[in-house]
Amino acid sequence: MIIQVENPVVEVHDLTVSYDRKPVLWGIDLTLPAGSLVGVIGPNGAGKSTLIKAMMDLLPAGSGYVRIFDKPIAEVRNRISYVPQRESVDWDFPASVFDVVLMGSYGKLGLFKRPRQADKDAAMEALQKVGMQGFANRQISQLSGGQQQRVFLARALAQNADIYFMDEPFAGVDIATETAIIELLRTMREQGKTVIVVHHDLQSATEYFDWVVLLNMRLVASGPAEQVLTQHLLEQTYGGKLTVLTKVGELLRKQEFPARES
Amino acid sequence: MNAFWIILTGSLVATCCSLLGCYLILRRMAMVGDAISHAVLPGIVIAFLLTGSRDSVPMLIGAGLLGVLTTFLIEFFHRYARVQADASIGVTFTWLFAIGIILISVYAGQVDLDQDCVLYGEIAYVPLDLWITEEGLSLGPRTVWTLAVVTLLIILYIVLGYKELFLTTFDPAYAAAIGISTSVWYYSLMTAVSITTVASFESVGAILVVAFLVAPAATAYLLTDNFKTMLLLSVLAGILASVAGYYLAVWIDGSIAGAIATVTGIEFMLAFLFSPSRGILIRKKQLQPVQH
Ligand SMILES: Nc1ncnc2c1ncn2[C@@H]1O[C@H](COP(=O)(O)OP(=O)(O)OP(=O)(O)O)[C@@H](O)[C@H]1O
Ligand SMILES: [Mg+2]
Repeated sequence: MIIQVENPVVEVHDLTVSYDRKPVLWGIDLTLPAGSLVGVIGPNGAGKSTLIKAMMDLLPAGSGYVRIFDKPIAEVRNRISYVPQRESVDWDFPASVFDVVLMGSYGKLGLFKRPRQADKDAAMEALQKVGMQGFANRQISQLSGGQQQRVFLARALAQNADIYFMDEPFAGVDIATETAIIELLRTMREQGKTVIVVHHDLQSATEYFDWVVLLNMRLVASGPAEQVLTQHLLEQTYGGKLTVLTKVGELLRKQEFPARES
Repeated sequence: MNAFWIILTGSLVATCCSLLGCYLILRRMAMVGDAISHAVLPGIVIAFLLTGSRDSVPMLIGAGLLGVLTTFLIEFFHRYARVQADASIGVTFTWLFAIGIILISVYAGQVDLDQDCVLYGEIAYVPLDLWITEEGLSLGPRTVWTLAVVTLLIILYIVLGYKELFLTTFDPAYAAAIGISTSVWYYSLMTAVSITTVASFESVGAILVVAFLVAPAATAYLLTDNFKTMLLLSVLAGILASVAGYYLAVWIDGSIAGAIATVTGIEFMLAFLFSPSRGILIRKKQLQPVQH
């Protein structure tokens, strides 16, 4: 089930992406509505990270194209932010938490300009939002995994972009922080921003997202969360994997007694 | 006076090599300097064959071009043939160096060049090649002038590109996502390394260049957690090694380049043992394993 929207923020057309000529994403065709929280869900190796990287044009597309805000990506880079998977960088780098969060201002500053006081204030504010203000001067190698994740989030927040791509931002984050962050993402949605989140937990997915993309090398579904998160479509996404199917069962039991107030 | 010129030359080379070395080691490309200093050989021979002179400008240009080509090839094999970075570096420079050797042997009759003089410039000879104006005024060794210009350019490059270099070294994917070109900064950095390597090894020899590209940066890395401090400390370590190495050489009456390179190694050992944050002795005292 693939639902297309009018005036999308992201339009992916016939996208195929390969590593070493071996395609890992085939003919992806989807559109995402503005001002929404989008979950990208699928098993390990489904191509979730690949999809969001290709959406930002960080990987060459074998075929097809992506448009963001109805423009080619090169024209809207300063409105895009990205929270990479935590493992993608070397945390033994000589930098402090504050140094990393300040990188959020680099894109807008342009060449040769140094961060100003306003940028430093924005970085501090972003650290506050993720509850890390006390760690500003901490060396980044001395952080726990969850704290590293929050630093990456703070960097993206400091950027004040219009569209955010987040690759598993909740991996290793404790439940209190996860709740605080999802609150933050909801506020951003109220401000008309779009947040695209790669997510692994099926149970919280119904609660967090308005729009869900189910992926397993091919696009299984893209549409409003309550229409997409069905047993049938999840089985199609995860195949017949036993452990996953029990999870799906649990999820559906939950759905029979929906906890959602909205 | 000779001591002054030799130490100044050493310090200039130390400054530009150490600064660039900080970026190289953090990008896990420390051996690129070694690769470039060998791979430029065919460039030097071709420049010599084309111009027929041993003037340093055409040689610098020929070598510089080859240096950049080397980094292109390394990146190409690594990115598209998906060979490991170190294997890609190894294959590229041995191959280019071999071509240089073949060129020298084939054109042996016409080429008054040998690997030794090309590869192993000798810092002790720096004061011999003076720049004398038409009026007979001596402006000091030519090399010092060339190196001073190169050092200024490198410092300017790092000051102006500071935040882009910092970001693309730490997190290239994020940099690319927000519109900072990783290839522009990769190739400009590699060009800077090529120019530095070529300008320096002609005067101080390849071994010393490679030592300066890696050891002071690695020493500084052990001593601090702040990147700007790391840049400054690496320069200090490099200059200190030039001064101490010179007097060590005088004292033992040995090779100056060898002595300076040895001091860079001693500095690294000292940092490794006594660094406040990462030194193994201090660490043992606090009974605190370092996590990775
Ligand atoms: N750099 C790479 N080179 C070659 N193949 C890759 C590369 N990165 C990913 N792949 C392959 O592409 C497929 C999709 O990978 P991707 O990282 O997008 O999965 P994912 O859905 O993000 O998985 P996870 O949930 O584990 O993060 C996998 O089969 C993987 O083996
Ligand atoms: Mg992934």
